[in-house]
Amino acid sequence: MTNSIEEIAKADFILAIGTNTTESHPIISLQVKKARRNGSTLVVADPRRTAIAELADVHMQLKSGSDIALLNGMAHVIISEELWDKDFVANRTEDFEALKDTVARYTPEYAAEITGIPAQTIKEVARGYAQAPSATILYTMGITQHICGTHNVFAVANLAMLCGQIGKPSSGVNPLRGQNNVQGACDMGALPNVYTGYQAVTVEDHRVKFAKAWNVSELPAQPGLTVGDMLEGASNGSVKAMYIMGENPVLSDPDANHVVHALQKLDFLVVQDIFLTETAALADVVLPAASFAEKEGTFSNTERRVQRVRKAIDPVGDSKADWQIICNVATAMNYPMRYASPAEIFDEVASVTPSYAGISYARLDKEGIQWPCPNEEHPGTTYLHKDKFVRGLGKFNPVEYIPPAEQPDREYPLLLSTGRRHFHYHTGTMTQRTGALEVHYGTEYLEINPDDACAINISDGDMVRLTSRRGQVEVKVKLTDVVPQGLVFTSFHFPAVAINKLTNPVRDPISKIPELKVCSVKLEKA
Amino acid sequence: MAELITLTINNLQVSVPKGTKVLDAARQAGIFIPTFCHDPELTRFGACRMCIVEIPGMRNLPASCVTEATEGMVVHTDSPAVIEARQTILELMLANHPMDCLTCGKNGDCSLQDYAYMYGVKTDFFQGEKHNFPLEDDNPFIVRDMNKCILCGKCVRACAEIQGNNIVEFAYRGFDAKVTPAMDMPLSGSECVFCGNCVAVCPVGALQEKVLRTTVRTWEVKKVKTTCPYCGTGCNFELNVKDNKVVGITSCDGDVNGRALCVKGRFGYGFIHHPERLTSPLIKKDGQLVEASWEEAIDLVAQKLSDAKKQFGPDALAVLSSARCTNEENYLMQKLTRAVFGTNNIDHCARL
Ligand code: SF4
Ligand code: SF4
Ligand code: SF4
Ligand code: FES
Repeated sequence: MTNSIEEIAKADFILAIGTNTTESHPIISLQVKKARRNGSTLVVADPRRTAIAELADVHMQLKSGSDIALLNGMAHVIISEELWDKDFVANRTEDFEALKDTVARYTPEYAAEITGIPAQTIKEVARGYAQAPSATILYTMGITQHICGTHNVFAVANLAMLCGQIGKPSSGVNPLRGQNNVQGACDMGALPNVYTGYQAVTVEDHRVKFAKAWNVSELPAQPGLTVGDMLEGASNGSVKAMYIMGENPVLSDPDANHVVHALQKLDFLVVQDIFLTETAALADVVLPAASFAEKEGTFSNTERRVQRVRKAIDPVGDSKADWQIICNVATAMNYPMRYASPAEIFDEVASVTPSYAGISYARLDKEGIQWPCPNEEHPGTTYLHKDKFVRGLGKFNPVEYIPPAEQPDREYPLLLSTGRRHFHYHTGTMTQRTGALEVHYGTEYLEINPDDACAINISDGDMVRLTSRRGQVEVKVKLTDVVPQGLVFTSFHFPAVAINKLTNPVRDPISKIPELKVCSVKLEKA
Repeated sequence: MAELITLTINNLQVSVPKGTKVLDAARQAGIFIPTFCHDPELTRFGACRMCIVEIPGMRNLPASCVTEATEGMVVHTDSPAVIEARQTILELMLANHPMDCLTCGKNGDCSLQDYAYMYGVKTDFFQGEKHNFPLEDDNPFIVRDMNKCILCGKCVRACAEIQGNNIVEFAYRGFDAKVTPAMDMPLSGSECVFCGNCVAVCPVGALQEKVLRTTVRTWEVKKVKTTCPYCGTGCNFELNVKDNKVVGITSCDGDVNGRALCVKGRFGYGFIHHPERLTSPLIKKDGQLVEASWEEAIDLVAQKLSDAKKQFGPDALAVLSSARCTNEENYLMQKLTRAVFGTNNIDHCARL
């Protein structure tokens, strides 16, 4: 996030795109509700009439995957009505002309045609966003899990820069992270192209610095494989061995059948987790890890706040904290890795990571700190891009609308979208085993519009077979107008409804994020 | 800076910004005043009257949580009249309170108990009519016992003002008054999301966490502040621990969330001690995963990975790190991948 969570409550205008905040980020949604009570305007863009859409002043029920058309249409209105922030554009950005050229075509009428949102609504929302004293954009996977996910993010950033709604309190571009430490995993360099703090592996100075810190003669310069490419490599034989820690790609990744085949082809697979997940069951060696309650450490939340995780109990059974297991593996491979405690590891992180340099356990014991925090006196940073962007001037990256990779057709007439539920989390490994959450919300269902259900003679509670070009699952249906006609929706929390057998693994060419939000399906009574 | 005014509380001079309530002025000076219905995060209600004080010149004993401090004001927080009035309030509350403190889950962490003790109020004063509301425990998260409710209204305000949901409201009048979801339905029949933010503010045993309060006595737990393992919001809470087991979760003052939590954070801890937790390394032998020692497992991993690296080169190895593990662990994982395996093939499922 460029802003802090508490700044949301003070925003005059909130545009929530593709985020069902009330269910996926309940405590962040409290800030949205607070803003509403204080009189700010809430606009939600989502194909589904979600709980947060119910709270909105305006719900733009756009067609799945048409976000760019909407955002470009808004930019068009803002430029043609001269509502853009001329100072900001002149002083802080470049390539405005390119944006202007591209969005020229996206008249509100054209955008309306693609998105299904009335042109008048697009105009009003555009005006509201541009003219608000502070305006913030919230988004999640509804923006990124598309083949054009990166372009969607560009379109969001273009709009924010065009209106100068970034780099000030309560105004910015705010992706809400789905998992507790996605931010931290990225910050720590668990990515194929960067070390900690986004220091690129392709830059020689970085390699030299880390090689020295880690006491090795050299480090590889070529960026590595992304998840999708790893699985591809496993299936074509170029990747021979994998080490998977705390992830369950068999359920979380698209085209699950393909993932299983790929992992089965490996010569060696080691999985480290707290449960025997669907992925761990395929492993040659399974290493039992300790849960968050059994270890010291830190997580970095979606607003870049580094916070302490504290050990409350000893590891269950003979399990060990992940950091200790990694040290043991490294040491057994003749690279002695020994730390007295996670605090010592953190100090090493701070020593090689400029944005974490001023953070220490001693400081975190008092309160969480938001990076960048370059030195011990620095209080941390509540919002980014205050006086300049990381690259200097903010660059407009004009983007064109492209439709989702799969469109409904005669054989697969419906679109399937996937997401999260309030009472569950991710692949359900944890929330299906709490003794409470799964008792309350124990079976998953497929949301379908009553008109669609009626057309194929299906009633509420019926078991149906849902099929895509890649696989099928059986699931109970729930008739609801939360979904518009033509769209069905379910979550990926339930192993019994392994919805990622169906989803489309086609990925955004830049971010490599799969298009989990749209694939075409058909439905019949089971 | 707001204009300062000075008042005298129990012979102590206290300066506070104009507009400050007497209760807050007293607290600022370190003077204790008991409260039931007041909460610094919620709107002021002024209903329980437990916080009354004596202010010469004012009629009756005003409730300090809603009375504004003024220049030159003189306040007595525990004069005989104040104490007697507080005793009467407590006697009336206790008169129709089900006196089952011996088995109540909130025993030891209950404002009614604390104040009764503090003001020496015994229970055999008036034996008033008792309520006979049914116990509501049909959901797996929260138990509601309206017989114990003192009508402080904090849950009503927490649901409306913190959670933004307006699930519970006051209903009925006089002796029959209670807080309840619309149409006197149970929470399970309402739009309640079971965040438990009402439970976190209830000063008595009327709202309790179902599992936590039936597993341990309040004084038996050690509390450890930590960060939620679920979504990216990063709420803080306290793990309640007894005998090396996590028995529940309670609110603390979180940097991001204050005392608010969602249902996953507050009630989703059961996985920690689930019988299916992996407790020993496993090695696949003849297609079956069988238990092995750490030594055997680590040696096998090290050997297999080294072999693959030697035979096919470092880029034949690939690693998935985890958005659920700590920063320290992700850091070590990429260090292992890059410095030991010699490849940049590391990623995690951030994209999902
Ligand atoms: S659990 Fe949450 S939603 Fe339900 S009544 Fe309490 S505060 Fe309201
Ligand atoms: S249930 Fe608890 S918080 Fe709610 S009014 Fe009764 S005593 Fe107060
Ligand atoms: S308590 Fe709920 S909102 Fe807060 S971090 Fe945990 S899952 Fe997210
Ligand atoms: S605390 Fe002041 S009236 Fe209840």
